[in-house]
Amino acid sequence: MSDVLTFTDRGIYCAAGDFYIDPWKSVDRALITHGHADHARPGMKAYLATPTAKPVMQYRLGSDARIETQLYGIEQKIGSASVSFHPAGHVPGSAQIKVVVDGEAWVVSGDYKTVDDGLSEPFEPVKCHAFISECTFGLPVFNWTPQDVLADQINTWWQANHSEGRFSLLGAYALGKAQRLLSTVDASIGPILTHGAIENTNEVLRAQGIALPDTIRVTPELNIKDYPRALVLATPGALAQSWAQKFNPSSSAFASGWMALRGVRRRRSADQGFIVSDHADWRGLNEAIAATEAEKIFVTHGYTSQFRRWLEDQGYDAHIVATDYTGDEDSGE
Amino acid sequence: MKDFAELFRHVDQTTKTNAKVAALAEYFATATEDDKLWTIALFTGRRPKRTVTSSKLREWAADAAGIPLWLFEDSYSVVGDLAETISLVLPEAKGVEDHSLTYWISRTKSFPKLEEDDRKTAVLSAWTQLPNYQRFLFNKLLTGGFRVGVSAKLVTRALSQTTGQDAAVLTHKLMGQWTPDTTTWQALIEDDDPQSDLSKPYPFYLAHALDNLDQLSDPTGWNAERKWDGIRGQLIVRQGEHYIWSRGEDLMTDRFPELAQLKDFVPDGTVIDGEILAFRDGAPLSFNALQKRIGRKTVPKKLLAEAPVVLMAYDLLEDQGRDIREVTFAERRNRLEKIIKSAPDHLPLHLSSSVPFDSWDHLAKERDRSRDLNAEGLMLKRLDSPYLSGRKRGDWWKWKIDPLTIDAVMIYAQAGHGRRANLFTDYTFAVWNGNELTPFTKAYSGLTDAEFREITSWVRKNTLQRFGPVRQVPPHHVFEIAFEGIQASPRHKSGVALRFPRMLRWRKDKPVAEANTLADLKEMLEPYG
Ligand SMILES: [Zn+2]
Ligand SMILES: [Zn+2]
Repeated sequence: MSDVLTFTDRGIYCAAGDFYIDPWKSVDRALITHGHADHARPGMKAYLATPTAKPVMQYRLGSDARIETQLYGIEQKIGSASVSFHPAGHVPGSAQIKVVVDGEAWVVSGDYKTVDDGLSEPFEPVKCHAFISECTFGLPVFNWTPQDVLADQINTWWQANHSEGRFSLLGAYALGKAQRLLSTVDASIGPILTHGAIENTNEVLRAQGIALPDTIRVTPELNIKDYPRALVLATPGALAQSWAQKFNPSSSAFASGWMALRGVRRRRSADQGFIVSDHADWRGLNEAIAATEAEKIFVTHGYTSQFRRWLEDQGYDAHIVATDYTGDEDSGE
Repeated sequence: MKDFAELFRHVDQTTKTNAKVAALAEYFATATEDDKLWTIALFTGRRPKRTVTSSKLREWAADAAGIPLWLFEDSYSVVGDLAETISLVLPEAKGVEDHSLTYWISRTKSFPKLEEDDRKTAVLSAWTQLPNYQRFLFNKLLTGGFRVGVSAKLVTRALSQTTGQDAAVLTHKLMGQWTPDTTTWQALIEDDDPQSDLSKPYPFYLAHALDNLDQLSDPTGWNAERKWDGIRGQLIVRQGEHYIWSRGEDLMTDRFPELAQLKDFVPDGTVIDGEILAFRDGAPLSFNALQKRIGRKTVPKKLLAEAPVVLMAYDLLEDQGRDIREVTFAERRNRLEKIIKSAPDHLPLHLSSSVPFDSWDHLAKERDRSRDLNAEGLMLKRLDSPYLSGRKRGDWWKWKIDPLTIDAVMIYAQAGHGRRANLFTDYTFAVWNGNELTPFTKAYSGLTDAEFREITSWVRKNTLQRFGPVRQVPPHHVFEIAFEGIQASPRHKSGVALRFPRMLRWRKDKPVAEANTLADLKEMLEPYG
């Protein structure tokens, strides 16, 4: 029996249905796990994603992009393959994609996390024979702060800055992390200002009915002196540039999985680092993989060689696949 | 230890100097005397001795975390810090009552007396008690590897704020070989007389790099001397004993046995600032010769004969038992000359002679001779300058020669660790040898974070092959590599080894074919090797 999915230089390919999943080169038919730029790339003739993922994809890929949708949990035949989408818990609308051919089920995880962030559809384990898993943080040193403790840490930090008359500058990428933080913070502490790139995404999400607290877009016309104690959400890039300098006095913080490492915290030279990620941590990866009951695991992106060996030690038939996913924790996406 | 952990987190994380000083000052205002003394000791590099071997710690930690040792080791190489790796892989702590910093230090000091099994139990119990960040600090105490992003200078500034004492006086008080076991807060900070400790060195005066001669105006009023390429050191002779300190405050007395005879000829109450140099047949040897002796506590006879050292004296800080740092450089230099002249010629004590010059152009020509003399460049000192402490601008300048450079091709990349765990920052470089590229050096500094990010994403997309953590990449990028010296090395495939290689520039303008050749590199061996 031939493999349900193969790994090509265009992306993950299903011969039975003649489609690709998250391809990085132009193809006729692309199934997309979520709207981050390294997964939903421009130039595909047709896209298929969840209805929740579609608006952001349309916004980013342009109105010309042909995007069809498929609800979570619904099966659809494409060629001789049967395809379904399942929540990945990564960002709103993100999916694992299950492909079944001749009774053999393979699942592509896309990016995922197993904790409920209160915003994205919570991760659902999917039983399969082979599981293609990201492992951005596939080392036992990565263990995320629980969501309630995290909320407490961020609110305490903001509250302290608020009472000392400082801005709270928080760096987070525009799609997913920023909105997750918005829904995590206690908006009653004070006003929330947003960088344009984040507010653009906020507008798309609000328009599709996702509830977010009120935010104020930072524009050249906005008099920031009117909001001296505000929480300012910005992309990590903007935080490092002159854009951020007008918020003075301020305390700065980054929210990322990499903040687990002291060295990275110091390199980012912010006053605080919050350990939070939209990717699975060590425990999350292991629990998710166990829950699939798959025997064959393909790992991609991140600490692949260590994680593969660990899985092999645990008795899995584990392999590394090379992909072009760049991860969204550091590149701003 | 909660308050100490809070302090550490603060000074470790923020880059704002004032915030660090404020956090330290607040801590010094509230902590107990014992904790304060230990904090000063830790922040000025006086670490408690390692009490558990690191191989045991790795084993126990991997065990407690339920992971195989190889995975622990791989994690360690990503994190780059043993204490931190342990604290990250262990399960959440139970969290019990808070004990002081001094309590935990005395716990670690009791470990060597325990049987191995009891030691393990004690360490594991500490690990389950201490919350993550305190656990990290506890491990730092255990591994003896305490390093913080706070300089002794900031510690003294904060101490000065809380005690009202002058910062320069405090700097002097904090020097030398005291530990919290040999002194108290009262004795060290409150009523210390720096002279009471015979071995206590003076803070070194460090020069800034001169980038522009225009900063100096008129050449009269300046003394020029060679900037020797050795180990900066301070020789102390007091009451018939001698001590040699490095600039990094390491006591190096026993490493240079040939300097022991100086105490018989240099008068008591003398402190000389100078450079320890490998020196033979009337001339300094290259730094390569001295390198063999660095880090050796005892020196084999053969090496003593091959690379004997001298103290090349720059300055006199104490004369006849008196601190003369306020006296002018010209006068200190006179007195230094007298001391050296009255000692026998065969002594390994030389005066670093002045380089006479009548114009800056003239001096620039002298600077060009530096490499021939095994010097790093020139030092310029104002004749009327006092001996200050720390790095100060204005009276002293170092005028180094330009580094050697070569254009090389990047062929391998490896992720950094610690601060750079998620970036490819360590590269291997090659030069052309016919149609082949021969690797000759690694380098991992000199680029901006933005450049490292750019290369990182390129490496991810262009990996040809993986060898464990190392990625082979196509020869595509050319970098200008700067280095301070080169020597023949049969151990290396290229036949050469470089000193202090680093990336000077990313030559995006240069095609790979135009990188330098192995022949170019070997040509440098002649004059500089
Ligand atoms: Zn993503
Ligand atoms: Zn991704």
